[in-house]
Amino acid sequence: MFVLGKRCLSWLAPLVVAVTCLSSPVGASAEPKVLRVAMHADVRTLDPIWTTQTIAAIHGMMVYDTLFAEDYDRHPKPQMVDSWTVSPDRKVYTFKLRDGLKFHDGTAVTSKDVVASMQRWGKRDGAGKQLMIYTKSLTAKDDKTFEWVLTEPYGMLIDTLAKTGTSIPFVMREKEALVDPFQQIQEVVGSGPFRFKRDEWVPGSKTVYTKFEGYVPRKEPASGHAGGKVVKVDRVEFIWMADPQTAQSALVAGEIDYLENPAADFLPILKATPGIKLEVHPASGTMGIIQMNHLYPPFNNVKARQAMLYLISNADYVNTISPDKSLQTLCYSYFGCGVAMETDAGSEPYKGPKNIAKAKQLFTEAGYKGEPITILQATDHQYIAPANLVMIQQLRKAGFLNLDLQAMDWGTVVSRRAKKEPPAQGGWNIFITGTTVQTSSNPITHVALSMGCDKAWFGWPCDKGFQDLREKWAFAPDVQTRKQIAVELSKRAYELVPYISFAQWRDPVAYRSDKISGVLSVPSVPPMWNIEKK
Amino acid sequence: MTAYILRRLLATIPVMAFVALFVFLLLHLTPGDPAAVIAGDEASPLAVAAIRQKLGLDRPIWEQFGIYVGNLLRGDLGTSIFSNLPVLTLVKQRLEPTVVLAVSTLIVAVLFAVPMGVLAAWKARTAADRIIMGFSVLGFAVPVFLIGYVLIYLFAIKLHWFPVQGYKPISEGLAAAARSIVLPAFALGMVYMALIARITRASMMEVLSQDYIRTARAKGASNTAVLLKHALKNAAVPIVTVIGIGLALLISGVVITETVFNIPGLGRLTVDAILKRDYPIIQGLIILFAGVKVIVNLLVDISYAFFDPRIRY
Repeated sequence: MFVLGKRCLSWLAPLVVAVTCLSSPVGASAEPKVLRVAMHADVRTLDPIWTTQTIAAIHGMMVYDTLFAEDYDRHPKPQMVDSWTVSPDRKVYTFKLRDGLKFHDGTAVTSKDVVASMQRWGKRDGAGKQLMIYTKSLTAKDDKTFEWVLTEPYGMLIDTLAKTGTSIPFVMREKEALVDPFQQIQEVVGSGPFRFKRDEWVPGSKTVYTKFEGYVPRKEPASGHAGGKVVKVDRVEFIWMADPQTAQSALVAGEIDYLENPAADFLPILKATPGIKLEVHPASGTMGIIQMNHLYPPFNNVKARQAMLYLISNADYVNTISPDKSLQTLCYSYFGCGVAMETDAGSEPYKGPKNIAKAKQLFTEAGYKGEPITILQATDHQYIAPANLVMIQQLRKAGFLNLDLQAMDWGTVVSRRAKKEPPAQGGWNIFITGTTVQTSSNPITHVALSMGCDKAWFGWPCDKGFQDLREKWAFAPDVQTRKQIAVELSKRAYELVPYISFAQWRDPVAYRSDKISGVLSVPSVPPMWNIEKK
Repeated sequence: MTAYILRRLLATIPVMAFVALFVFLLLHLTPGDPAAVIAGDEASPLAVAAIRQKLGLDRPIWEQFGIYVGNLLRGDLGTSIFSNLPVLTLVKQRLEPTVVLAVSTLIVAVLFAVPMGVLAAWKARTAADRIIMGFSVLGFAVPVFLIGYVLIYLFAIKLHWFPVQGYKPISEGLAAAARSIVLPAFALGMVYMALIARITRASMMEVLSQDYIRTARAKGASNTAVLLKHALKNAAVPIVTVIGIGLALLISGVVITETVFNIPGLGRLTVDAILKRDYPIIQGLIILFAGVKVIVNLLVDISYAFFDPRIRY
């Protein structure tokens, strides 16, 4: 035995020596000017107009620049635009680009690039399409001046150009902007503060950006996405971590500097770790959506949709998804809470005590006789999976609904929800999703709130009066009038129930405050400029 | 032997053809739509339909299959729907971490498991045997991801010996690459160690009861010579078979390990592609995995002749 044991040890020895030799504190050799970031998703698609994925918008914000941008308080401020004038009838906007703007290939940004970029974006983005409906012409007057002529005094032009979230109106080179908006662009050459390093891009793993030395930032201090985009690091690496536990551990160990979307379960650990700071913008947040299919029974009848308001208990969702009380809001506003348009007008049936008897009566009046209600139950999504469980429990508690639960991955839900067939033939009755408060705070960008029938979002709610009100909101001359219209919209929404919104929770970003400073607080699409490595 | 190898290689053609057909049908008959994923959650149904048309996903399934087979015959695995990069490029980017992880796991597993199995067989029904078999049961029972998290907590967060995540390519230095792969290799190797240790023990116990072992001992051979020279070589055929069969286990384990340790390998590429319904990547990878499996089986069969000269093809 002794002989064998000695041999065994002789095999193990090199391994132990190797491990010991290789053991030194992690991160000691990290380069001082490299910012390592874990975003909520991987940069897999390089065209932020072709897809509405938020991660594509984050990539876009690194590489491209925008005409306007929202500051910390969400007010639109000029970014690429130097100055602009508006005609007295509020139909003609003349913009002048600021000096020094150039693309990463060294060519100057011209009005032609802007016009082509806006036209491409206007064919894909919801708010952009709305803007284009009221656009008479968009023309380049000279290299630096372009004119936007409207058919009506549409009041949302500047706000729409400053929008963040998804489908941001980025300015690309005319060459890329002329590509069919339903096809991906091939080259990534922007005029933003960072260059994309295609040779180091490993989809599903790492995306690298370097500082664009030729970028001329605005003079104003950075605020939100507005102000001077001063880059203070040489290189930014987006490292994709599919596992939230690993991402959290990597931040704790100091292997990354910034974690965009820490899972709610790990927030107490991160809060307790010295050197880590959690930060959340007051207007950030996610709202849940219980989407019903308006094409088929029982939810083609408004009474069945109204009945759901008596069964769904808002608090249960927010307590399940985001247990940290400081990050949750029991919100009953279709436009989100903590935003200018916040209103809970008409929400009494939803806010009041749950009433199964009333719900049953309404379902009966809607003609419901126990037919299966097909629920597309995503089981692999961070917050949709638990929200599904809460909803199923609440509906089961009613005792009279025949639920047909179809468990599937989120990829299948997004495909299946597009089907207009009856539920028994591959369609559906209910699915759960969510939207950002940033999107929902504006009735025009809030696509789930559209009731445009065939052109509406999945579920296809239909009401012309509601659509007219949305349009009226867009034409309102000031915030006060918009707020009044928002109240009308809310009342009408609670009457017609296009969908049921549940809860509002805020997702903080986490970063190593002992290693970086200058992190800008925004509701979504975090910027990487202004961040300094200590 | 050469004729045998050629026959086996020719037999892989129908196998691979079947895999190609099966994977294509499985993917296209499974619900899921890459166009919907690309368009994003807030896209309108019309936008999703337009993307589907541009990607050619609205074409009849036989037409899509024809294009797929045509490309395959030209050695073109296709282009990722999302990143617009050729599948072969993506595979090349991800090959090294997976190969290094698989080889390291094999080395770790064989290095630990074979001596453990030999020791357990030699000291059968003693405390040493029970401890080793207890470890073996544990290796099977505890999921890879849990072992991974425990290793990360102990050796990365608490002791700072190894990084939490990531992979350093060999081009950045062997030491850095080794350091990034130690924890994943041990996490993944645990189940493999358990499997090999059990088979080694069983196989060795059978061989140790043979007459020629008694003869060797009677001739005065040392314990080491008996165990390693006479017994282990004769017990090797089932052990090698298990190592080969275990490769499938390794491939599935790689998917989890790469996720836990954030290693940009083929396992992660596969899972991400499945979740996004990136059909060309999934198809390409499954064909690749099937090819590797076929080749490993062939190598295992050939190795039998080396371990047991009585085996002839």
